[in-house]
Amino acid sequence: MIASDGDAMDEQAIRDVIFRTLRAIAPEVDPAALVQDQPLRDQVDLDSMDWLNFLVGLHQALKVDIPESDYQKLYTLDHLMAYLRDRLSSRA
Amino acid sequence: MREFKLPSLGADMDEGTLLEWRVGPGDVVKRGQVVAVVETTKAAIEVECWDNGTVDRLVVEPGTTIPVGTVIALLREPGETEEQAAHWRSEHPISAPALAPAAPRAPAAVPEPRAEERARRRVSPAARRQAEEKGIDIETVVGTGPHGAVTVEDVERAAAPAARPAAPDRATEMRRTIAAAMARSKREIPHYYLATEIPLAAATRWLATVNEQRPVTERLLMAVLFIKATARALAKFPELNGFYRDGRFEPSPAVHVGVAISLRQGGLIAPALLDVNVKPPDQLMHELADLVKRARALSLKSSEFSLPTVTVTNLGDQGVESVYGVIYPPQVALIGFGKMTERAWVEDGSIQIAPVVTASLSADHRASDGHRGGLFLNELKALLQQPERL
Repeated sequence: MIASDGDAMDEQAIRDVIFRTLRAIAPEVDPAALVQDQPLRDQVDLDSMDWLNFLVGLHQALKVDIPESDYQKLYTLDHLMAYLRDRLSSRA
Repeated sequence: MREFKLPSLGADMDEGTLLEWRVGPGDVVKRGQVVAVVETTKAAIEVECWDNGTVDRLVVEPGTTIPVGTVIALLREPGETEEQAAHWRSEHPISAPALAPAAPRAPAAVPEPRAEERARRRVSPAARRQAEEKGIDIETVVGTGPHGAVTVEDVERAAAPAARPAAPDRATEMRRTIAAAMARSKREIPHYYLATEIPLAAATRWLATVNEQRPVTERLLMAVLFIKATARALAKFPELNGFYRDGRFEPSPAVHVGVAISLRQGGLIAPALLDVNVKPPDQLMHELADLVKRARALSLKSSEFSLPTVTVTNLGDQGVESVYGVIYPPQVALIGFGKMTERAWVEDGSIQIAPVVTASLSADHRASDGHRGGLFLNELKALLQQPERL
């Protein structure tokens, strides 16, 4: 196991990317108001085009491709964080 | 010589304010090229030219509000000489109010205030000069300087609204615009409404297979299949695609689908995807993504407003199961798709769980009847069972 300092930084960096990408699509979103374990798309009102653009944004920022079959794993912010952390570390 | 007029920007927009010219006299312009930007209550619209030619004169100056149909520029036809152009101009004087250089300025036309009136108002010389340059009547400027003196800042403040007139409260303006179009629709159009349930097992499977092999940047949305299938079905039912104008229906040979896009700050806009029936889904996906992005940024082209022959509204996967839309005049039909949900579906004598969408048709009874409307929805249903052929 490597020092946890680096991991914590990564976590914050991932979070920043998520919110930056979200704000590009829904500028009115206040990250602080989002509940981590509630469905994200209910809180932010993302239609299917917004959602796709959100994933394209994450793909471009993190170089992670998210297969369509994994969409259901990305229900809440917690899920999304865990999924991206997993994908990034398995690539490293 | 051709007169280039401000094109129609849709039923609910009868005027616009010219924000800027993208071309100048002497420039060669091509059909489809953006030549100007016009601000309306809904968006800043890029006005496209519908002829090839050379710009002879710009007739309207930025900052001027003009009704649809106003001549805003003169275009020389390919090969037309300066002599021919001059001859044409001498025979076709453009009416004075439209002639831009004269309209906003014209300080000479404003009667000079009498000496005693001028004495009562304190106006700094710089402010007076500024007002003359900007073509503002100094007597109308509210002074905020010492003893109510008019300062340069006051003149600039007075000049500002002319430069960006629609800016103050777009939400209110847009609400009013939507209200006018929808009230006209309900007043004039005898709507009839039909709906049918469409199973989407085949379409869902096909999309999953296609998208599985694609990066996230190349994936297709179900909405694209809805739009494409609608356009294909409309090609067989011309009485649902076109315009009702001057007491009669004009079918349109092309199918330009207006796509209802809700804006995050409130309001709704329905610009067109052009020639949808003849474009492959991949291209439509690309164009739809671009259209949504530009609609949200309120930056659209004049053709996208003037050309829609029908409208599709898709409530998407966050909404409710069905929608009965209000037709956007002078169109004669609106096709609505609700949220796709899993339902018990009986087929070949057995019950399955299938993704199903409710598709609805709002149509103008002056142009079509319910029987044909029903056949149209059945055609739409059939097309969506063979997504690979769309």
